[in-house]
Amino acid sequence: MIPVVGLVVGVALGLWFQPEVPETLRPYLPIAIIAALDAVVGALRALGERRFDDRVFVVSFTSNVLIAAFMVFLGDQLGVGSQLSTGVVVVLGIRIFANAAAIRRRIFHA
Amino acid sequence: MRERTLMLKLVVAVLVGGLAFAILVQTRDNNDDDFSNVRSDELVELLKALDAANQRLGKQITDLTRTRDSLLDTNQRTKAATDAARERADALAILAGTVPVVGPGITISIQDPGGGVDAAGLLDAVEELRNAGAETIVINGTARVVGRTYVIDDDEGIRVDGRVVKAPYVIEAIGNPSTLAEGSRIRGGLVDTLQKRGASVRISESDRITVTALADSKAPEYARAES
Repeated sequence: MIPVVGLVVGVALGLWFQPEVPETLRPYLPIAIIAALDAVVGALRALGERRFDDRVFVVSFTSNVLIAAFMVFLGDQLGVGSQLSTGVVVVLGIRIFANAAAIRRRIFHA
Repeated sequence: MRERTLMLKLVVAVLVGGLAFAILVQTRDNNDDDFSNVRSDELVELLKALDAANQRLGKQITDLTRTRDSLLDTNQRTKAATDAARERADALAILAGTVPVVGPGITISIQDPGGGVDAAGLLDAVEELRNAGAETIVINGTARVVGRTYVIDDDEGIRVDGRVVKAPYVIEAIGNPSTLAEGSRIRGGLVDTLQKRGASVRISESDRITVTALADSKAPEYARAES
């Protein structure tokens, strides 16, 4: 229940303030969002399998975001920023799809 | 333990809310279509691609300009050749007597009460005019004299290229009027010869003589151009 309240508050804040993305965060925010989405979809799957753990979610969420941002940063430093971003997005996308497939199987048995 | 769980739940809520917030911000931000969120190496790539395209297009412009110039040149040369050919065709048509002609010249009226002028006399007169530089000669306004013209005596009179001409004869010649007149009056020339045959000759110079009679054009049967 509390997370749903957090979701609503976040959306409301985003709509209310309509802030600009700070210049320093610009390259990292999209990848961080994908990583966080991966964690959220994983959490939804765990929720469905009744083995959701708040602690695990918090750790995986933060570590996913930090690692993704760090990889983009490292890629930019190495001069392969765009390629590495693509790679991270592909891997996270595969994970999201896999988790979504598991959820789907559980709900629809298909 | 209970507080800890509540704390974690709150953190989860904050994280989920932060994600929703970030997604909203990012989607809104991404809608401004500019290059501000493109990385520098991507910008360099873009710039390179644009540079290459620019060069390619510049080369294309050069090529096309050259093609256009050469086409224009060809066009002009064709036009010059056409003009030359037309001039030549005009000159040949005048020589062959297939077009009406206008120009300065003289009119020679020959009264022949005694009938002393025959084909040979008329041909002599024509030859004299040619020697004097006549470019177009017509007899009685109907018989155009060209390179292939023949003159023979006939029962009905004199036949020039199949056309009968009768006295009084009028020979019109286009050329330099004074030269033609002088050439005709020279001693032993056209006038002398005709007067010896008992004819009376009157010459008048004119600035504008129009010849509408045409010679029969006939394609040569045996002669072929060699080239």
